[in-house]
Amino acid sequence: MALLDVKGLTTYYEIMRGYVKAVENVSFSVKKGEALGLAGESGCGKTTVALSLLKILPANGKIVAGKIIFNGTDITKLSENEMRQKIRWKGISLIFQGAMNALNPVYRVSDQIVEAIRTHEPHVSKEEALERAEKLFELVGIEPSRVTNYPHEFSGGMRQRAMIAMALACNPQLLIADEPGTALDVIVQAQILKLLKELKQRLNLSMILISHDLSIIAETCDSTAIMYAGKLVEYGNIVNIFKRPLHPYTQGLISAFPSIHSERQRMYSIPGSPPDLLNPPSGCRFHPRCQYTMEICKREEPPLVEVESDHYVACHLVKSS
Amino acid sequence: MKEIVKVVNLKKWFPVRLGFWTTLFSRKQLFVRAVDGVSFNIQQGELFGLAGESGSGKTTTGRVILRLTEPTDGRIFFEGKDITNLSYEELKPLRRKMQIIFQDPYESLNPRMTIMDIISEPLRVQGLDKEVDVEEAVRSALEDVQLVPPEEFMYRFPHELSGGQRQRVAVARALVLRPKFIVADEPVSMLDVSIRAEVLNLMLDLAQKHKVAFLYITHDLALARHICDRIAIMYLGKIMELGQMDDIAKEPLHPYTQALMRAVPVPDPTARRTEVVIKGEIPSPINPPSGCRFHTRCPQYIGDICRKKEPKLVEVQKDHYVACHLYSK
Repeated sequence: MALLDVKGLTTYYEIMRGYVKAVENVSFSVKKGEALGLAGESGCGKTTVALSLLKILPANGKIVAGKIIFNGTDITKLSENEMRQKIRWKGISLIFQGAMNALNPVYRVSDQIVEAIRTHEPHVSKEEALERAEKLFELVGIEPSRVTNYPHEFSGGMRQRAMIAMALACNPQLLIADEPGTALDVIVQAQILKLLKELKQRLNLSMILISHDLSIIAETCDSTAIMYAGKLVEYGNIVNIFKRPLHPYTQGLISAFPSIHSERQRMYSIPGSPPDLLNPPSGCRFHPRCQYTMEICKREEPPLVEVESDHYVACHLVKSS
Repeated sequence: MKEIVKVVNLKKWFPVRLGFWTTLFSRKQLFVRAVDGVSFNIQQGELFGLAGESGSGKTTTGRVILRLTEPTDGRIFFEGKDITNLSYEELKPLRRKMQIIFQDPYESLNPRMTIMDIISEPLRVQGLDKEVDVEEAVRSALEDVQLVPPEEFMYRFPHELSGGQRQRVAVARALVLRPKFIVADEPVSMLDVSIRAEVLNLMLDLAQKHKVAFLYITHDLALARHICDRIAIMYLGKIMELGQMDDIAKEPLHPYTQALMRAVPVPDPTARRTEVVIKGEIPSPINPPSGCRFHTRCPQYIGDICRKKEPKLVEVQKDHYVACHLYSK
C-alpha cells in the first residue's frame, strides 16, 4: 500500500477578484522508500500541493475537494491540533524553498532545532533534544559541535544541510523538499542531492522533491508528476516519462533542458506563457500554447488515463489514438 | 576575425571595510580579490562564456570591462584602443558600442516608464534623439527581439509584460544603439524554463546575423554548452581553463572543470549519475589559498608545488589553455 495517496486534490486561493485555481484535481501516490518528483514552471501549483499536504496554506487558501490519505487516514479531515500532534514533522516534514534564508538569524541553530523537536514532542527534555540535534548534524554531514553556531556562521550548503537536519528531527516518514537545489552552486547542489539520496536509502524515507529543474528530478527520483497550470498533465515512472513523454507540454519541457554531454544544438522553447489561474483556459489548460490543438481541446478537459503500466497522461491526442 | 575586446592581467580588489578600532590598530588593509589577474579576448560575433561558482568574480569581470567598476590593475582594450584610463567624457561615445543586459528583468526596468521610454533612453543619453527617428529606432529594436507588432508593446508598462517579454525589452534596450559588444550577466537565470530559450536563441541570432560579440556570464554549464563558442572557467578571481566550448565539454583538462562537469545533473534518468568529487565550498576571496587557489579542494593534488607555486595559464592543446601543474612542465 502507498504511504501517501492523494486523490483529486483541489486547492483554491480566495482573492478580491475571485478564486485562484492553484491546484485542481491532482492525484498521485508515494510508496514507502520512493521518491516522487513534482515538476513544472513557477506558478503551476507545485508548492501549493506541498502546503496542502501539511495543511499550512496561507489564510486565504483552502482545500476545496479531494482526499489526502497518509498511512490510511484522510488528513484533510484532521483538526489543526491533530495535524500538529500526529502529522507535521512526525509524519510529513517539509524543507522550505530558499532554505538558506529560512533559518532565523538571531537564534542559534541548535535552539531552532530544539524548538522544532519540542513543539512536536513536548515530553522531550531540552538536553535530549539538543543531543538529538547533534546526532542529526552528524547524519547530514556537519561537525556536531557546530550545532550551537548562528546561521551566519554557516555557508549556504551548510544551512541547507541544517534545514534538512531540522526536517528529520522527529523521524518523519515522508520528506518534502521544495526546490532543494535552487540558489546553490553546482557542486554544492550535487552534494545536497547526494545527501538526500543517501538519507532516503538509509532511513527508508519517502520523498517528494519539488523542482522546476527536470535534470534534478531525473537525478534523484523514481517517479515524476508533471504539473501545468494547476493540473497534472503526465505522471508515472521516471524512465517511462523521460524516454517516452506523451504530453506535448512534457515533451516541450524535456527538450528545453539541454544535456551538457550532447552536441551543440539550438535550444527549444514553448511559445507563449502560462495562463492566469483566476480564469484558466477552458478545456485542456495547455491548449493555447499547444502546437497540436484540436477542437476538442478547447471544449473538453482531457482525463488522466493510463497508457501503459505506471504511465498516466491527460491529453486528447493520446486518448484518440 | 576582428578582435573586439581584450583584457590583460585585469584585477579588481575591493577594500574590506573594517570597524573603527580595527582600522586604527591594524596596519594592513585587507582586500577582496574579486578579479585577480585575468586575460582573454573576444572576437567579433563571438559568444564568449564566463562560468564559475558564485563568488568567482565573473560578474565583476563583466562590469570592469565596461568600466562600470574601475579596475585596480591591468589593461582593457576595446577595438584595439586602450580604454583603461579614459575619462568619463572620452568614454561616453564608446559606450554606444558596448552595452549590458542584467540578470533580473523585474529589477532592471523602471516600472514608471513605458517600454518606448525605456528603450529610447540610451538614445537620449547619447544625444542621438535629435538625429535619428526615435520611434523608428525603438520599433526596429522591438522587431529584433520579436516583440511584434511593436505598436502593441511600445506604449505598455513593464508590469503588463511577462518575465520573458521583459527580458526581451532589456535586450532591445541594449540593442537600440546597435552595439558591437554586449555583456549578458545571467540573462536567463530568473526566467522560466519554457521561455529562457527565447532569449538565448535571440542572442545566438544577434551574434550570427549582426556580428554582435557577447560576454555571457553564467553558472549554468549545461546552457553554456549550447550557447557559447568559447568559454573561460573562473575560480576565486582566476581563470582555470579557457578554450573552445566543444573541446572543454568533451575533454575538460583542469581538475576543477572536470569536477564541475561531473556535478551537473543530466536530464536523463538512465544516464550516468553525477559524482561529487570535491568537498566543501569555495574559500573566501579575502585570503585566497596560496599557490594554486584550487589546491585545498583538488582531488588530484600532486604535492607541495600546488601549495607553493601558482600555475600559469598555458596552452596545452591548440586554443585550449589550462592553469594547472598537472600540465605545466
